[in-house]
Formats: sequence, structure tokens, C-alpha cells
Amino acid sequence: MEVSFAMTGKGYVLLAADTTAVHSIIKVKTDVDKIKELSPHLLMAYSGEPGAVVSRDTVQFAEYVERNIRLYQIRHTYPLRPPSAASWIRRSLAESLRSRNPYSVNLLLGGYDTSTYTPHLYWMDYLGTLVEVPFAAHGYGSYFALSLLDRYHDPEATVEEGLAVLRRCLDEVSKRLVVSPGKYKVKIVDKDGIREVEL
Amino acid sequence: MEAISHAGSVLGVLSKDGIVLAAEKKVTGKLLDLSGSNQGGYGGSGEKIFMLNSNVVAGVAGITADANSLVNYARQAAQRHLFTYNEDIPVEVLAQRLCDLKQGYTQYGGLRPFGVSLLYAGYDPHYNFQLYHSDPSGNYSGWKATCVGANSGTAQSLLKQEYKDDITMDGAIDLVLRVMSKTMDSTTLGSEKLEFATLTLDPETKQPKARIYRPAEIDALLQKQGLGKKEEDTEMKS
Repeated sequence: MEVSFAMTGKGYVLLAADTTAVHSIIKVKTDVDKIKELSPHLLMAYSGEPGAVVSRDTVQFAEYVERNIRLYQIRHTYPLRPPSAASWIRRSLAESLRSRNPYSVNLLLGGYDTSTYTPHLYWMDYLGTLVEVPFAAHGYGSYFALSLLDRYHDPEATVEEGLAVLRRCLDEVSKRLVVSPGKYKVKIVDKDGIREVEL
Repeated sequence: MEAISHAGSVLGVLSKDGIVLAAEKKVTGKLLDLSGSNQGGYGGSGEKIFMLNSNVVAGVAGITADANSLVNYARQAAQRHLFTYNEDIPVEVLAQRLCDLKQGYTQYGGLRPFGVSLLYAGYDPHYNFQLYHSDPSGNYSGWKATCVGANSGTAQSLLKQEYKDDITMDGAIDLVLRVMSKTMDSTTLGSEKLEFATLTLDPETKQPKARIYRPAEIDALLQKQGLGKKEEDTEMKS
């Protein structure tokens, strides 16, 4: 099952997502990047509904968001700040909900606001629910990760400390989830932009 | 463009911590009912200066009916942006929206263009205080200080001489009133002929605060600056 995690720290947001693409019982691809880079300081991890058959919706919507955020940046010379980007994305999901064919995709949006120097993390689901949170997770893995993060998360943690907490979550998922993903992609966004991290 | 050069002038000056907008009213008279303009600020609509959003104030020069239509469009555009992005519309984006509309009227439909020039004074977190000017062609540009309407040429050159980059809010108010008194048709400044507005940042909440002055406030301000500014002007130039 698709799983993603995210947490904020001191001046950064950490996002992790699994890298598997599945068709019934087969792992079709094991190095999928499910964290899109929407702008120099905005990351979005996308995943499908837990238990549902893998849908094309997730990629379609993620790319739609990526291209529109980029268009805004090109048109207006500055990128959308994380809170405004979150509102736009939520609005798109909410409008899709009451259409003929709603998108079925859950998102974690992590960004660094370069005008106020603060990290922001948003949890969004396919119904258009939007909440700003210090840490979040989607998928079956969330049942394990959220309790661990409740206990160990520190909003003022350094990158190393944040990665240590993330490793705890991933280890727990590997240990306890029947169909646990093997590999994860981890990305971090801070004042210097986006970079990938090796766990 | 002709109509605009005969319309009452609108003057805007950018300072470090705010923007000042002043306009000369052409439609006045004893019988005119001014009670509507007694509430400035929120819901602000004067004859020349309008609030477009909590972070943008605009001054118009030209055909009044066209101006009202554009102001209404701008207000809707600002709210549409707030609806989608949950943030105050950035000033340049609002200027662009209006200019896209104005440009459309020069290219499609065989309709006549809007005979209005606007000065947009606004604040957004990206570029702080900004002043834009747009004309009927749909062209817009950013300014530190500028003027539209009657005698705008004179006012513009006066502003060019007097404006300094690090001007304070008080200095800007002072400059605006001095230039207005020079370029206005009437001999002295008064609240019947002058519309005045400022856009500053609230010191605690850090939110933009738009203030369209009520007639009584304009009179008080003029008293504070010295209504008889005209006599001192001749010495100022040396």
C-alpha cells in the first residue's frame, strides 16, 4: 500500500514516500518518485486511497498541480507561498469532488515560506480536507507512524534528529505491515531549497 | 486619453512605510450630498479614490462611469483571488487583471476602450508597498511617485525634483499636499475639493491598513500642515 510521512523541524520540512508501483500482487516498479517539486521551496507527496486499486488519478492530479503552480510562478515572477498554494490545491480537490469523476488522491504538502522564514506542512485528502500540522502521514503506515511521531516529534529538531525519528517510523512499518514497501524516497525543503536525502 | 487630461488630477507618492494618494474633485457644489463619503475606510467609495481590497486603494481619473465599472471589476477580481488562494491579491496581479480587461476592449468586439487612468496604491508581502499606473490601452508600470489627470505634467516634474528615495510617510504627505496646492485649479486646498487616502502597515498586526480620509479629517490634516502653504512655496524652491 502506498504510504507517505512528513514532519517539520527547525527551518525545514521532511517528506518521505514509498517508491513502489503495484498491479494486483506484482510490484511493477520499485523506484517511483512520488514527491513532486512544485516550486523551488514547495514539495508535494501524493498517494492513493489505502486498500484501493492503484489509480491513475494520483499522477494525473499531481502533474496538474505541478504545472499550474509553475505557471503561476512564470506569470507573476514570484512563487506562490505555501499557505496560498495549499488553498489553491484544496480548492481544486474540492471542486473535483462534486464533478462526474472526482480525483482520488491524498497529499502531503511541505514548503518553506521565504518571506516569513517559516516551514509549513499541510495534510490534504481526496475530499478537500486541509489542515496545517507539525507532522503527518497517509496510508496504512500512518497507523504506526502517527503514534511514534506523537511521542518523538520535536518541532525544533535538527535535520539529523528529524531523520532519526523518520527512521523509527520506517522501521516500524517494515516490521509490522504485511505489504511493507522496501524503499523510500526522502526529500527535504529548507531556506536553500529542495534536496534529496539518503537514509 | 483626452478625457483623462481634462479630469481631476490624482497624485500618488511611495514612502518607506506607506503610500499617499490625493485627488482633486471636479464635481462639487453646495447642493452636492456628501453624507455618503462621511464613512471613509471600509466600504470606501469617494468620487475619485476607492478601496479595492483591504490592501489596495485606487485613485481614478477620466470618465466616472467607466471608472466605477472598473472599480467593481477590480473588487470582484480581488475577492476571486482571496477565494482561491486564501491571501490578499498581490498589487501587481490586480493591476494586471484590470489591464488585461482594458486591453481586451482595444482589440476585440468593436467596443470603445475605458476612458480611465488608474493609480493603484497597495501592499503585499512580496514587494511591500507599491504604486502602479495604468492607462486605457491596458499598459501599466510601477512608480515611486506619479500623477494622472489635469496638470499631470507639471505635477510630475515637481515630483521628480522633490522626491527622495528614503522619504518618510510624513514627508510624503507633505510633498503630496504641496504639489496638489500648486497644480489644483482652486486657490486654496479644502476638503470639498480634495480627496485623500493613505495605506500603511499596522505596527502590531503587520496587516495593511487602508484609510480614506473623511472630509473632517482632511481639514484637520490641512490645518496641521498649514493651509496657507502657498506663501511658503516661493521660498522653498531656493
